[in-house]
Amino acid sequence: MFILSNMPVAQKRNLGTKRSGVLGLISRIWAQRDLQAMAIPGVIWMIIFNFIPMYFIIIAFMRYNVAKGVLGSKWVGFKNFTEFFADDRFWLVMKDTFGLNLLRLIIGFPIPILFAILLNELLSTRFKRFVQTVSYLPHFLSWIIVGGIMYNWLSDSGLITTLLVHVGLLKEPIHLIGTPQYFWGILITSETWKEIGWNAIIYIAAISGIDPSLFEAAVIDGAGRLRRVWNVILPSIKGTVAVLLVLNIGNLLGSNFEQLFVFYKPVLYDVIDVIDIYAYRLGIENGRLSYATAVGLFRSVFAFILLYTANKASKKLTDTSLV
Amino acid sequence: MSKMKTSIGSKVFDTLNILFMLLVCFCALYPIWYVLIHSLNNGFDSAQGGLYWWPRKFTWDNYKEVFRNNEIITAFFITIARTLVGTATHVFFTAMVAYSFMKKELIGRKVYMNMGLVTMFFSGGLIPTFIVIKTLGMFDNFIVYIIPVMFSFFDLIIFQAFFRTIPEALEESAKMDGANYFTVFTRVVLPLSKAVIATILLFNGVFNWNDYFMGIIYTNKQALHPIQTYLYKIIMTSDSAKTSLMAGSVSQTNFTSTSLQMATMIITTIPIVCIYPFLQKHFVKGMLIGSVKE
Repeated sequence: MFILSNMPVAQKRNLGTKRSGVLGLISRIWAQRDLQAMAIPGVIWMIIFNFIPMYFIIIAFMRYNVAKGVLGSKWVGFKNFTEFFADDRFWLVMKDTFGLNLLRLIIGFPIPILFAILLNELLSTRFKRFVQTVSYLPHFLSWIIVGGIMYNWLSDSGLITTLLVHVGLLKEPIHLIGTPQYFWGILITSETWKEIGWNAIIYIAAISGIDPSLFEAAVIDGAGRLRRVWNVILPSIKGTVAVLLVLNIGNLLGSNFEQLFVFYKPVLYDVIDVIDIYAYRLGIENGRLSYATAVGLFRSVFAFILLYTANKASKKLTDTSLV
Repeated sequence: MSKMKTSIGSKVFDTLNILFMLLVCFCALYPIWYVLIHSLNNGFDSAQGGLYWWPRKFTWDNYKEVFRNNEIITAFFITIARTLVGTATHVFFTAMVAYSFMKKELIGRKVYMNMGLVTMFFSGGLIPTFIVIKTLGMFDNFIVYIIPVMFSFFDLIIFQAFFRTIPEALEESAKMDGANYFTVFTRVVLPLSKAVIATILLFNGVFNWNDYFMGIIYTNKQALHPIQTYLYKIIMTSDSAKTSLMAGSVSQTNFTSTSLQMATMIITTIPIVCIYPFLQKHFVKGMLIGSVKE
């Protein structure tokens, strides 16, 4: 491992600063070896766990053979990709990926904003703080716990099924969680429930950072509460909303894998097969590593283009952007 | 806050708003309450349904049985071990790298930082990462819970944002006394960074505690499965074979597979639920540094 020297730092730094060339560089690095010893383990970690996996992406263009390794495997060009586009599940995977994510964007994105605004309208600070704390709770539960409760509640004798039958929304008790047609609704509802408080944190902070004199001016102008939301709050948090919207659009091909995987069962394959899940099944379960990597790479490239475009659009429209 | 005109409409709105917020709180709390009362109730009694607000036949038997089950004990042990070791390693390692990457005199600093930025936008993805971990011999090895997750560039940025607020004079005076960078980091920087350490400890601790997927994908050995992975398997099998399991249980006991599951879920959840309210101030700040950098 790295040996940390006891030499005073100031003295060390003078050792090699004057020399140039490779030798000079080496001696300058040696002079700050205590600092490099802290940095280089991080660099090595990134190489092993970030960059070598990136290198392995090239197996998407091969017929990868585990025994022969990358060097011994045969190049096949874009064959894995064309195969994916011709796959009879391709359009279904696209539909699931975009469908679910668009629903998440339309329903899951605005609700925390609305929650933050309503929370801000509460008059009692203590009650506000209490609601906030409680609303974070579901975020800290694992998807396994939430999934366990959902399997229980949405089974044919579960709490929610019974309730729905009681109210008359369901004719007879059915196994809701195993019924494909209800699955997206269940996913979106549970995710919104879990993250409403957590995702509101940023908006709450943005709202509390608004200059109080803006509110006072609005009151003097005779603005009611709704007007104040419309004319003061919304314009003030516009930038925050834009940045998060860009991030969400960049994630249109992503998935909440931890959530989906809890419900990953053959009955639901047709409604749960987003790109990530499909790549998992092909790669890990069926051992088609090259094909699954190609599917994953398709997703990464597409997602990057989306993020880039959304960011550009946001810059034009609201003057806010990432980076 | 500014004074508001109290018109009737405004008062109605306030009332509805309070009711809505109470509903939100109820929705957040009730699922856990439901699990709690079922974990404290005789399993066969619960199976008859209608148990919504309070235990009907109170018993500790579910918990006693859970703690008699060796598989569950092992799984808890794995969870606790990976959370303690994994979180401590992650926080210390990421903080150390973050500190060194911040020093202007670090040779190669630009290259290192840009490498990190690249990792935030591109990743190899599931399969290539899996291949690397398998090649390294970490499959079916406890260290798979520690080493592949001991660093995060995202957390590095949060650390750096905080470290920048520490007055440099403090570090300089330590260096004058002949301390090297590592000593300055452990003796000066870390003790002053309790707030950011608490934030990352919570984020990473929750991740380690709640993660079940690494156990599924990187281990085959049952003995290496953390409690979340164990619960995953139970939930997945009991959903398809629920009724048969219940009918098949020996009726001498007070528990069913469902009631045991409920007790396990409560034990798994309690630590996090008890800790997070106290760290609220910190993680809210951490969230803000991490998400919106203006």
